[in-house]
Amino acid sequence: MANYIPILVFVLVAIGFLIVSLMAARIFRHGGKGGTNADPYECGNEADSLAHDHRFSIRYYLIAVLFVIFDVETIFLFPWAVMFDRLALFGFIEMMVFLAILVVGYVYVWNRGALDWA
Amino acid sequence: MQELRDILGPTLFYYAFSPAIKIAVVVFVGVLPLISYLVLAERKILGFIQVRTGPNRVGPWGLFQPIADIMKLLVKEDVIPNKAVKWAFVLAPCLVVGPAFVIFAVIPFGPSAAQTGGGLDYFITDVNIGVLFVVALATIGVYGIIIGGWSSNSKFSLLGGLRSAAQMISYEVPQGFSLVIPLLMAGTMSLQGIVGAQLEQGRWFLFAFFPFGLIAFMIYLIAGVAESNRNPFDLPEAESELVAGFHTEYTGMRFALFFLGEYANMIVISAVAVTLFLGGWARPFPNVEALSFLDASFLPAGLVGVLWFSLKLSVFLFVYIWFRGTFPRYRFDQLMDLGWKWLIPLSLVTLFAVGLWKVLLL
Repeated sequence: MANYIPILVFVLVAIGFLIVSLMAARIFRHGGKGGTNADPYECGNEADSLAHDHRFSIRYYLIAVLFVIFDVETIFLFPWAVMFDRLALFGFIEMMVFLAILVVGYVYVWNRGALDWA
Repeated sequence: MQELRDILGPTLFYYAFSPAIKIAVVVFVGVLPLISYLVLAERKILGFIQVRTGPNRVGPWGLFQPIADIMKLLVKEDVIPNKAVKWAFVLAPCLVVGPAFVIFAVIPFGPSAAQTGGGLDYFITDVNIGVLFVVALATIGVYGIIIGGWSSNSKFSLLGGLRSAAQMISYEVPQGFSLVIPLLMAGTMSLQGIVGAQLEQGRWFLFAFFPFGLIAFMIYLIAGVAESNRNPFDLPEAESELVAGFHTEYTGMRFALFFLGEYANMIVISAVAVTLFLGGWARPFPNVEALSFLDASFLPAGLVGVLWFSLKLSVFLFVYIWFRGTFPRYRFDQLMDLGWKWLIPLSLVTLFAVGLWKVLLL
């Protein structure tokens, strides 16, 4: 556990760095003009609506769901890779069965067109 | 020194005080100057590629340009858009920079005290879940970018943030799979241990299980470039269509922090690639006696390790800049296709092949 103390120290240093740099900017910067200067950017036109008024494509959500499935897979692979020599053939077959199930899902998702963007 | 050790007690001295000094050295002598001069190097190299001179006005050969840039960013007006979600807008850049910095805590810049026989570890700490730690922290950057894009409440920012999040999580999958392959070869997750395994086996993991080590490395490299939002995968900030993507509304120091985070991520990804595939701080061909002059034994062994590490790291950083000067930007559907339809199957096949090879060797 003692190996993690330096990481904690580093986290504190990183937070300190962020606070100091933002504080320094607060001292040196010149003040905001306010008014239209702080309007959302829309190439110089007045914005007719806000970004939060609009919906966005469902595909981003789909990608996020697929990512969760695949990333959980990766988490299982890490300890398996480290223990590979001890698990030997049994571990290899076990993991390949696990991956095969994933591949079936992957092929299904691909066939249903979830991976096609256009 | 001895007095300090007595006051603090050995545990606190070895695990908090002495790392604190190393962290200060790594951040203020290593990473921050490296980032500022990486920006200059990038502009210079891009200038060279495009047959122009690049910045050359501030100081000799433009060497003081980074200092001028920092001073300019410090005095810039700070705009928080009136429609923005303020707390999230302020938090986002911090979420990008902080984690990227903390990853340097586990990067092995040089050999350990036991390996050199000296009294100094040339790294800050070594945890037995090293690779997992790097992956976990690198992911937090995605939150920073999507929070920044969403909270600005500007259409360009929102689109940039969404794109960026989709791109980064898509490429994290093949990146994760390709990281498993060096773990399979080394049998440990500690980054220092992985360098040790490469020394022991006498070859870089790039060349191990040929050609699968090489394929894994290429997948990691492509995914790494996409993860750090760099050309040719810089769609989140594609200036010709999205103005500046997720940081359209950011100015001054907050913009500088986003920038800092992007470059820190570049360095982290390169450093991990060097550690996992290119032998870390070890010299090339560590098992060939005839090349032992590369160890430069007139210098302290740890320092030589750090030098080799820096050399390999700079090659990677140059490749990043070279990519930017060479490749046109991908279209978004091509980008997703490359990640989901090419890199994921390829990395799964590579994983299977290396596993099978290892089983046959047992």
